[in-house]
Amino acid sequence: MKQIVDSVMDWVEVRMPVSKLYKEHMADYYAPKNFNFWYYFGSLALFVLVNQLLTGIWLTMYYTPSGGEAFNSIEYIMRDVEYGWLLRYLHSTGATAFFVVIYLHMFRGMMYGSYKSPRELVWLFGMGIYGVLMGEAFFGYLLPWGQMSYWGAQVILSLVGAVPIVGDDIALWVRGDYVISGVTLNRFFALHVVALPIVLLGLIAMHLFALHEVGSSNPDGVEIKEKKDSEGIPLDGIPFHPYYTVKDIMGVVVFLIVFCSVVFFFPSGGGLILEGPNFEPSNALKTPEHIAPVWYFTPYYSVLRAVPNKLGGVIAMGGAIAFLFVLPWLDRSPVKSIRYKGWMSKFALTAFVVSFLILGYLGTQAPTPGKTLAAQIFTIIYFLFFILMPFYTTMEKTKPVPERVTG
Amino acid sequence: MKKIIVLLFIFFPGFVLASGEGVKLEHVQVDAKDLESLKRGADLFYKYCSGCHSTKYVRYERIATDLNLAEAYVKENYMFNSDNIGEVALSSMPADLSKKWFGTTPPDMSLEARLRGNDWVYSYLIGFYEDESRPFGYNNHVFKDVGMPNVLAGLKQELGEEKFKAAATDITNYMAYMADPVKVERESLGIKVIIFLLVLLIPSYLLKKEYWKDIH
Repeated sequence: MKQIVDSVMDWVEVRMPVSKLYKEHMADYYAPKNFNFWYYFGSLALFVLVNQLLTGIWLTMYYTPSGGEAFNSIEYIMRDVEYGWLLRYLHSTGATAFFVVIYLHMFRGMMYGSYKSPRELVWLFGMGIYGVLMGEAFFGYLLPWGQMSYWGAQVILSLVGAVPIVGDDIALWVRGDYVISGVTLNRFFALHVVALPIVLLGLIAMHLFALHEVGSSNPDGVEIKEKKDSEGIPLDGIPFHPYYTVKDIMGVVVFLIVFCSVVFFFPSGGGLILEGPNFEPSNALKTPEHIAPVWYFTPYYSVLRAVPNKLGGVIAMGGAIAFLFVLPWLDRSPVKSIRYKGWMSKFALTAFVVSFLILGYLGTQAPTPGKTLAAQIFTIIYFLFFILMPFYTTMEKTKPVPERVTG
Repeated sequence: MKKIIVLLFIFFPGFVLASGEGVKLEHVQVDAKDLESLKRGADLFYKYCSGCHSTKYVRYERIATDLNLAEAYVKENYMFNSDNIGEVALSSMPADLSKKWFGTTPPDMSLEARLRGNDWVYSYLIGFYEDESRPFGYNNHVFKDVGMPNVLAGLKQELGEEKFKAAATDITNYMAYMADPVKVERESLGIKVIIFLLVLLIPSYLLKKEYWKDIH
C-alpha cells in the first residue's frame, strides 16, 4: 500500500512541485516565535472566508434572486429548508465576524508596523482585500431585499450621483434602472456570488505569496532573517507547520465559541447584524424613518455625513479609506513596532482608534446637531492621524530595537 | 456655532431624517418554551386577527408540530379557508377591498414581532383608546391614527384589565413565535454546540502546549 502511495506521489511530484509548495509555505516557512494574541486574526480571516464560501454556496441553492421572490425565498430558507436558518445565520453572522477579524488584523498591522518595508505589497494586497470585502458586503446586503437592504443601497448608490456631470449617468448605469429594482438585485447577486469572490481569492493568494516571500513581521518589528544559524534557519523562527497550525487551531476553537454564541443565541446581534426594518419587504414608496448602514460601514458613513456638502462628503469618505492604502509611505519612523516608537505615535494611534470607534457609533445614530459636531471633530482627528504621520514619526525619539525578538 | 450647525443641516437635508416618535413602550416578558401560553395566543390570534391579517410564511402543519397540537385541533380552530394542513395561513379578505375599508391593506403578520419588537407588539395590542375623531372611534398610543379598528375591545370588556393584559402577552408570545419559529430549537442546539466546543478546546490546548514546550 505504502509503495503505491509513494509511486503516485512520485508521479505527481515529477509533474508538479507539491512538496516544494508545501515546504515553502508550511513546513519550511519560518515564522517569528513571538507572535502574540493579535496574530490570530490572519488565520481566523481565512477560516471565516471558508465559512462564508460554504454557507454562501448552500444559500444560493435556495435563494431566488428576483425582485418578486427574493424576500420570500429568504423566509423559505429560514422556515422550510432543513437547517436553512443555521446556514443563513452562519452567513450573516459570518459577515460581521469577517469585519471584526479584519479590523483587528489591520489594527495589528498598524500597531506593529507590519506595513513597513519590505512588506508594503503585503499591506497593499491586504487593503485591496478590505476594499473588495466592503464591496462584497455591500452587494450581499441588498440580497435579502428588505427595507434596509433597499434603502441602504439607494442611499449609497445615490452618492455616485455626487460626481459632477457624469454622476447621475453612472448611478443609472450601476443600478440599471432609475431606482433600485429587480434589475439591480440580479446584478448585485452576480457580483456577490461570482465576480467579487473570484477577485477576493486572487487577492488573498497574492497577499499570502507576498507575505511568504518577505516573511512575517512580529511584535518587536525585528527582521528574523537577519540572524540565522549555520543551516540558514532564522534563530528566532519556527516552522509554520506544526507550531502555528496547532496554535491557530486552538485560536479557531476559541473563535468558534464566541461566534457560535452569537449565531445560536443572538443572531440579530441587537440589530447590528440583522436590522429590524429588514424584516419588512422592500418598498420603493416607503422610506424608513432612519437609514443606517451595517455597523462595519458606519465610521465612513459618519465621515460622509460630517461634511456639509454631498460631493465633499463622498470625497472625504473615499479619502478616509484611501489614506489607509498609503500608510507605508506616511510612516517615516526608523522603527516598526509601537513598542519602540515614541509617545507621539502611541498617542496618535490611540486617538485614531478612539475616533474610528466613536465615528462608528455615531454612524448608527440619527443625526442631531450635537452628534454631527462630534462626527466633524472626530473626522478631523481621523485625518490628522494620517496627515501628521510623516511629521510625528520623524520628530519623536524612538527607543532602541533589540537584536533579537523579546518573546 | 449653532448657526453654523443649522446651516449644515440646511445644506445637507437628505440625511436629516426624522427620528422615532419617542413613544414609551410597555415591556413584555414572553417565553417561547411556554406551549400553554403559545396555544392561548394562537387561539386568540386565529379568532381575532387572522381574518384580516395573513401570515404567509406560517404553515398550519408547523404550528401543530411546534405547539404540540393535534392536526384536527388546528383544522377545527385555526383553518377557516383551507383544508390542506400544509398550507400557509392566508386571510380570505381581498386586498383591494380591505384597502377600501381600512385605508390600507392589513399587513402580513409573519414577521411583525421581529420588525418592530415584542414590546411594540404588546404595547400596540393594549394601546387602543377611544378617539371620536377616528372613523372606528379608536386611536392607538404607539401607532398614531391607525387604520385598524379596536377588535379586542369586546375581549377587554369581557376579561377586565388584568386578564386582558395576560391575553395580550399570549398573543405577543405567539407573534414572537411566528416571527422566529426556530428559537427554541436553535437555543437547545446552541447549548450542545457550545459544550462540544468547550470540550474540543481541551485537546486543542493540550496539543498546542505539547508542541510548544520546546520553544523558548
